[in-house]
Formats: sequence, structure tokens, C-alpha cells
Amino acid sequence: MALLEIQDLHVEVAGKEILRGISLDVEAGKVHAIMGPNGSGKSTLSHVLAGRSGYDVTGGSVRYDGSDLLQMNADERARKGVFLAFQYPVEIPGVTTTTFLRQALNAGRRERGEPELDAMEFVKVIRRKTKELGITDDLLKRPVNVGFSGGEKKRNEILQMAILEPRLAVLDETDSGLDIDALKVVSDGINAQRSDDRGVLLITHYQRLLDYVVPDRVHVLAQGCIVKSGGKELALELEKSGYAEFLDAAAA
Amino acid sequence: MDAKTTDSAPFLDRLEAVDTDQPDWAAALRRAGLAVYREEGLPHAKVEAWKYTRLDGLTRSAFEPGISAPDGITVPDGRIADMAGAHRLVFVNGCYRAELSDDGLADEGIEIVNLGKPGAAPGWVAEHMGRVLDLDGMPLAALNAALWGDGVAIKLADGAQLQKPLHLIFLAAASTPAMFQSRHLLIAGRDSRAAVIESHLGLEGAPTFSNSVVEMILEEDAVLDHAKLVDETEHAYHIAATALSLAGQARYNGFVLTLGGRVVRNETRVRLAAAGAECCLAGAYVADGEAHVDNTVFIDHAGPGAASRVVFKGVIGDTARGVFQGKTLVRQYAQKTDGHQLHKALLLSSGAEVNAKPELEIYADDVKCGHGATAAQLDEDMVFYLLARGIPEAQARQLLTEAFLGDVVDEIASPEIAAAMSAALTRRLAGINADHGA
Repeated sequence: MALLEIQDLHVEVAGKEILRGISLDVEAGKVHAIMGPNGSGKSTLSHVLAGRSGYDVTGGSVRYDGSDLLQMNADERARKGVFLAFQYPVEIPGVTTTTFLRQALNAGRRERGEPELDAMEFVKVIRRKTKELGITDDLLKRPVNVGFSGGEKKRNEILQMAILEPRLAVLDETDSGLDIDALKVVSDGINAQRSDDRGVLLITHYQRLLDYVVPDRVHVLAQGCIVKSGGKELALELEKSGYAEFLDAAAA
Repeated sequence: MDAKTTDSAPFLDRLEAVDTDQPDWAAALRRAGLAVYREEGLPHAKVEAWKYTRLDGLTRSAFEPGISAPDGITVPDGRIADMAGAHRLVFVNGCYRAELSDDGLADEGIEIVNLGKPGAAPGWVAEHMGRVLDLDGMPLAALNAALWGDGVAIKLADGAQLQKPLHLIFLAAASTPAMFQSRHLLIAGRDSRAAVIESHLGLEGAPTFSNSVVEMILEEDAVLDHAKLVDETEHAYHIAATALSLAGQARYNGFVLTLGGRVVRNETRVRLAAAGAECCLAGAYVADGEAHVDNTVFIDHAGPGAASRVVFKGVIGDTARGVFQGKTLVRQYAQKTDGHQLHKALLLSSGAEVNAKPELEIYADDVKCGHGATAAQLDEDMVFYLLARGIPEAQARQLLTEAFLGDVVDEIASPEIAAAMSAALTRRLAGINADHGA
């Protein structure tokens, strides 16, 4: 049984079908990349997996760790180990990053029946993770993402992933808009997430990230369908030839 | 006094309860209040100042003065403002209760008396009572002037300092509908310094009607920290007028926190009489159920070079309603005035309502003034971001609601008062979003 099993998933947004029958298994220990042009449904897939409202699943199923993922609320999914790194992380004035992370971490610990961390224990966890990731911890005192640069926001997503230690990480264009240093931090963070019992779904427009995070499988999403799957070499192929042929294939 | 209760001016027959053995100044003030109240009566829909806040419900309960509280009543420490080390004076259903209060406020240069015994009041009370608040157009304050009972009059001599914050605790607890009219006076001499906290708390029981008036006079360079916590029951009417007069370089730091009540009106009227006077008035409110919370602020820049800053924020759920009326008047000779006011409301449900009316009336030509009002709902993108990190929905909404109100607590100058108000808010918000999470 794969960690994530997507079977013939159909999704509509405001009556328009965006995903038109996607099937995909992500096994524990594997990194899958989904590539595709703008408008192909990449972000819809990530939002549906995270449980955002406004998406109507009209067909198919999604099982996570053997359970029906679509029956769970967004917060329950997260506590059970599904993590979405946002393409556009949200700014939350008035809530410090520390408060936010501590509540998130303790929510997951409660779910697993583990004792909550007090402020001191929490700080230790944070120190260790920021050090591992080479991220300065000065952002912790600031309100969540407020006034952060694009790169800082993405690093913050990776830091959250490192602290929450999800079993399934879905990264929605986490590489977009990053300079090379930030891309390095982000990809190191993703590589650190790789382990035998965790899966990663990398959603990206560009091949560039895949130089740093080498995927086990690559899928091409075009007009709501997976039109081709292959090994890591498929990404390089796309880099050369572009998405044009796949758009034609999907339309056919 | 000839008084006759009518539909438009109820409660006049309650005058019988007032001790008739009054000194001249007190009798004169009562007569003046009676005249205004009889003339104006309970405000009706056409009275602009009360357009959004209706008091019709007051006539539906037979409110009586002098209702005694249940035996063995104690101060619920978990609900009042947490001001450890403050000097407490406790009133139950409007009556001062010595056995629940701290005694021996013997700071140097401080005089304190109970206004419920006007016959024994010193000359400074007679001289200042009723001088700050103009009763015209203030029928409820006029009713208070006619009927007032117990209350604190405190005078700080020039340079005097209140060593501990003064905590006035008002408990409302009655088995039949009760009304009380407390009245207070503070005179802060030159360069004096004081902190006064009010906690108005309703305990379960019959409806209550609290109608209070506070007058405060700050002489040159006096500094007053003042905070008020209102947490009445869902059947309670809480009407309060706080009137201040500030002399040159005097500073008033006020905060008004409303957490409960059926109808609450906090009206604050500040006269900045001379150069360098500063008023920083902030407030927050949480209204749910059928609560109606009205904060009305009138800032009168009567002298040049004074500054005022008014910031209120409210969280409104269910079918509750928030009202903010803020008026800043800058008179012709009040040049170099710095006057700002802001109201922000967060609506937690589709049935929640807010009426905000910020007003500037400026006759001077060299001023810096501004006002603003906004109403919004919780940002669902923010909610989803928190959910996506595993934070349960009710907790996520509470976190965001607290964040919305958080910066208004930062307006409070005193760290102790800020901590107490912040704690009270957090306690209150723990309840509200659990109900509004869906």
C-alpha cells in the first residue's frame, strides 16, 4: 500500500472541471515530481490534498496511509502528517512565528498522544532545526511572514516542514521566485525530509529544483490529466522540448 | 421635589429612595438632573446621540434601587481585572461594602470620601461635583444626578501620588431587577499621579441597570492611568458617562474593555483645555449573543497644542451589534491640535452588525487630524494557513481574533494594566470562537 493513493480524481472549481481523472501513488521513501504548464491543475491538486474549501471532488478517491483523506478536515490532515508548503505563504499580523509554530507542533503532538512541549522544550527544537537548515532564527520573533521577502517566506515554509516532520509533504512551487542561495536552502530542507517512511510530492513548473532534489518519478500534468510519467530523465526532456507536445496530447 | 414617572421618563418615582437631608449643593445638582431628565426623558430614535442605541428595554423590567445582594457574596477574582496589589473598594448593587474592601488608604496628600453621604462631604466635593459634565443632552447622566448613591470622591494634592492603583469593583447581583446610580469624582492636583481601574461585573440573577457617572479633573502636569472592564450579564444594562477636563500638560491614558452586557454604552467626554494636554483613549470590545456595545467618544480641543488619540477595536459575533461614535471638535483657537481616531470591527458572523460614525468638526486652520473606520471578517486565507498546520479551527479563529485585538492593548501606557486587560481579553475570547468555529 502506497502512502498516498490517488484514484481517478475529478475536481471542479465553480462548476469548471480542473482535474479530469488523476491517478497517482506516492510510496513512502519516494519523491514524486509533478511538472506542468500554468493552468494545468497543479495548485488545485495541492489544495485538494490539503483540504482547502472551494474545491468540489466530483469523482475518484484519495487514500492517505490507508484512510480516506477526503473525509478529513484540513487541520486533521495536517495533524495526521500531511503538509502543504504554500506557493504563496500567508502573512498573519499579530501572531508571532514562535506562537504559531508552537501551537501547530503541539496540535500534532496531542493528536499522536504525545505530551505537549513547553516553551523551553520548544525553543530547543527550534534551535536544532534552524541550525540544521542554516536558517537564522530572527524570524521567529516576527509575526508570521509579515514583511518577509519571497525567499524568507519559502524558507519559513521549509522550517515549518522540518519542525512538524510530516509523513507526506506536498510542495507547491516552493522553488518559484528563489535566488540560487534560497533554492539551495529549500532543496537541502526537502532532502532532509527524505526518509524511508516519508513521501514527497514536489509540484514545480521548472526543472531547476530537480537538479538539487532528484526525484524518483516525474509526472507531467497538462489540462487536468497526467499525460506522461517517467524517471528523473523526463524532467530533462521537458527542459529541452517544453510542454507544447503534452498540451497537444491532452487536448487530443 | 415634585417628580412624576411617565412612559418617556421612567424611574422618577425612585426619587423617594433618595435621602432628603441633602446639603444645598447636592440638592441643587439633583434638581438640575431632575429638570433635564424630565425634559428629555429616555432617548428616543430621533435623538442623534442615541440613534444606534435604544433603551426601550429599560421599561420592560421593574428596576428598583436598593435591592440587596444575596448573602455571602464574594469578589470573583478570576473575572475582575487582575490587579494584584491594588487597593480595592467594592460596591455591590451600587452600595459600598466596607467588609469586602481594603481599608486604610492613607497615602500622603490623598483624601477620599463616599459621595453617598453628601452631608459629610468636604468643600472640594461641593465645589467640583457636576462641573465637568454638562447635563444638557445627557438624560441618563441627568438621571444619575437626580438619583446618585454611593461612589468615590478622591482628591490628590499637588504633587501627590497614589502609591497603589485604586481598583473600584462593582458587582451586580440581584434576585429581582435592580438599578443603581453610582457616581465618582477624581481631582488630580498639579503634577499628581494616579492609576484607577474599574471592574464592573455581573453575577447571575435578575436584570440589572447600572447608570454611572465619573467626573475627573486633571490639573497641570497631572497623569492619570484609567482602565475600565465591563463584564455584565446578558440581561444587564450598563450606561456610563465619563467626563474629563485636562489642564495644560496633563495626560490621560484611558482604556475601556467591554466583555459582556445586554446593552452597554461607554460614553467618554474629554475636554482638553490647554496647551500640551494629551488624551490617549483606547478600547476593545467583544460582543456576542444579542449584546449591544456602544462606545461614544467626544474629544473637545478647547485649547491650542493639545493631542488626542482614540483607538477602538471590536469583535462582534452572533447577532450582536457594535456602535462607535467618535467626534473630535477642534475649536477655532485650538491651533496645532493633533487629533486622531480610529475604529476597527471584526465581524464573526453574518448576523453581526456595526455602526461606526467618526466625525471631525474643525474650526482651526493649522491642525493635524484624521479619522477612520473599517469593518471586516476574519481572513479565510489566514484561517486556512493555520488549519493547514494542524491548528484546530476554533483555536485558529481565536488566535486570529486575539491578534486583531492585540495591538489595541499595546496602546495602554501602564504595563500592569495592559497585562490585566490582555488577560481578561484572552479569557473572554477562549469562549467566543468555540461557538463561531463552524
